[in-house]
Amino acid sequence: MSRNRLSGPLDDVAGDAGHVAHPPRVGFFTDTSVCIGCKACEVACKEWNDVPEDGLDLLGMSFDNTGMLGANSWRHVAFVEQPRVTGRQDPGFDGLPTGTSGIPETAGAVEPRLREAPRGGSELGTSPLPPGGPEPQELGMPGFDRPGDLADAGTRTDFRWLMASDVCKHCTHAGCLDVCPTGALFRTEFGTVVVQQDICNGCGYCVSGCPYGVIDRREHDGRANKCTLCYDRIGDGLEPACAKACPTDSIQFGELDELRERADRRLAQLHDLGVGEARLYGRDPDDGVGGDGAFFLLLDEPEVYGLPPDPQVPTRYAPSMWRRAGAAAVAFALAGVAAFAGGRR
Amino acid sequence: MSGPQPAPAERRSDEGGAAGRSARMFQGIRRGRRGGEPTVVPEAEFGSYYGRPVLKAPVWEWKIAAYLFCGGLAAGSSVLAAGADLTGRPSLRRSCRIGSLGALGALGASLYFLVSDLGRPERFHHMLRVLKPTSPMSVGTWILSAFGPGAAAAAVAELLPARVRRRRLAGRLLDRLARPLGISAAATAPAVASYTAVLLSHTAVPGWSEVRDELPFVFVGSAAASGGGLGMLCAPVAEAGPARVFAAVGAAGEIVASRVMEHRLGLVGEVYREGHVATLRRASESLTAAGLLGTVLLAPRSRAGAAASGLALLTGSALQRFGVFEAGVASTKDPKYVVVAQRERLDARAGRVRSPKSG
Ligand code: SF4
Ligand code: SF4
Repeated sequence: MSRNRLSGPLDDVAGDAGHVAHPPRVGFFTDTSVCIGCKACEVACKEWNDVPEDGLDLLGMSFDNTGMLGANSWRHVAFVEQPRVTGRQDPGFDGLPTGTSGIPETAGAVEPRLREAPRGGSELGTSPLPPGGPEPQELGMPGFDRPGDLADAGTRTDFRWLMASDVCKHCTHAGCLDVCPTGALFRTEFGTVVVQQDICNGCGYCVSGCPYGVIDRREHDGRANKCTLCYDRIGDGLEPACAKACPTDSIQFGELDELRERADRRLAQLHDLGVGEARLYGRDPDDGVGGDGAFFLLLDEPEVYGLPPDPQVPTRYAPSMWRRAGAAAVAFALAGVAAFAGGRR
Repeated sequence: MSGPQPAPAERRSDEGGAAGRSARMFQGIRRGRRGGEPTVVPEAEFGSYYGRPVLKAPVWEWKIAAYLFCGGLAAGSSVLAAGADLTGRPSLRRSCRIGSLGALGALGASLYFLVSDLGRPERFHHMLRVLKPTSPMSVGTWILSAFGPGAAAAAVAELLPARVRRRRLAGRLLDRLARPLGISAAATAPAVASYTAVLLSHTAVPGWSEVRDELPFVFVGSAAASGGGLGMLCAPVAEAGPARVFAAVGAAGEIVASRVMEHRLGLVGEVYREGHVATLRRASESLTAAGLLGTVLLAPRSRAGAAASGLALLTGSALQRFGVFEAGVASTKDPKYVVVAQRERLDARAGRVRSPKSG
């Protein structure tokens, strides 16, 4: 695909959207290697932005009871339990009982329930899963034994717990923004992507336009909702609520260029420390969405955190799709002409 | 906004943070084990987050599929009506114009459904505040705005009693304008028939996006088959020749394009070949094929045969739209259609074979 304004790297997103003399592009760098899973970001976001609850439910996804980003969850902390260690880290289990992670059991219990939900579980973050589904399962919680006490030494494994705070990526080429027919979704002077709530008519096109499954329509309200990167706060020179609340600076807010440099330094540092699996996600302006305004440092493949490994903005194919549609339209018209030209019967 | 660069009014995390500190948590080095790189248990499965979907399932409902069908039908019959008008086939013109009024009625009904399906129905006119080339829904709104009034006015002119048409000024005016209005509708009809394919494909939904090359041909074929089918159903055999040709070409094109589409698909082809969608698609193909045969063999001779073939084509076309719609929805509900396909794309780009993934 050739580079054009529909996909590929774009240096001045706000300028491309028509802003003159605009401030530099801002974003988030979420360094998941220091996330402790406290969910302060989720809470701060709900408080500041007045985001309604998305259903109280014990999902069985480790400590994650939010499940996904959605209309009513603009930050989502993922919890992944794995039977391995991070880099050359000492999990500190020497001489202590350790057991297998519960992941296969919990995933086995969670997945069927997700599949039975009307939207396959993607309603999480917007509304609760409907009650019912497979029988509730006993996962052994709460237990009063030390973890692993009941397992014999042969089944003991290493263990690590990944936590990652997910958020709207504020894409350089945002699928949601491109398809919005009302102009409700717009590019701010900071290069972020925001829904104007007084314009959105709830057509839902953006929900299917986002390659990350972020934006969703809020029931009872009918409009699309997602992270605004605290448009009201950054306009006043404040940092977004989640970054402000994050106690470990896992969520870092700033000018995108500077964040990218900082992320590169952090990655090099982790690689030096033997954490070879550390990688940046959404950092690359050459990727399918032209780079994310909110990007991440991850310790495993993106799909392990529920992120798409190679997202692409649908608009990338717009020129070729309209060409095909044009060819089909011509064929249709020719068939119509041929129907009458083919002799009178 | 105070100025181009807002002055930070409080300490921001970008003034030195986690990156400035050394990450102590990774410094406890455990000696004598695996030389740093952890062994990853190869997993035949793909990685996912508890099997949760990556994408949001569309918030659209069956009304969208019904709308796709009605739009195609209105487009197909307005082309036939204009042709019949120009070539002096009054009955075909009459039935196609009235048919397209019926389709427009259905279209109007589905537009009504669509509007009521909006999260904020009272704001439907916000669609008309912009024309956005990157949004097929915006482009489509304007295409329909160009198509609808002409097609509706031509059909209304057809329904006016002769007395009104000849005596009343408005009637005479409408009678005069019926032909140009009908032709203008026919001129926009190809866009109406084809844009809906882009509407679906211009999304992150794998089941719609991956069929972007063939879907426009499937949809225009389906539109021509349904338009022709309606003509055969309503017009006398003697005048329905063009409807038969149009229907036959459309049905044949639809069957071929739909087959090619399904066969070219990789993993995501599953959503077209399995379960409920497979039933819809098999029924659609059988009905369209039967309708095609009937159009060629029976319809030129028998009124009943023509009507039956027309009905089969109409039903086949409707089922086609529902099948494609539901296939896309199904493809968002399982993360594998996103993860595995994108992994393959990444691997192909890196020019290497797929390596086992950690989970
Ligand atoms: S496409 Fe998705 S991730 Fe990108 S800006 Fe829109 S909602 Fe956010
Ligand atoms: S739901 Fe609202 S924000 Fe989303 S595409 Fe439609 S009008 Fe735009």
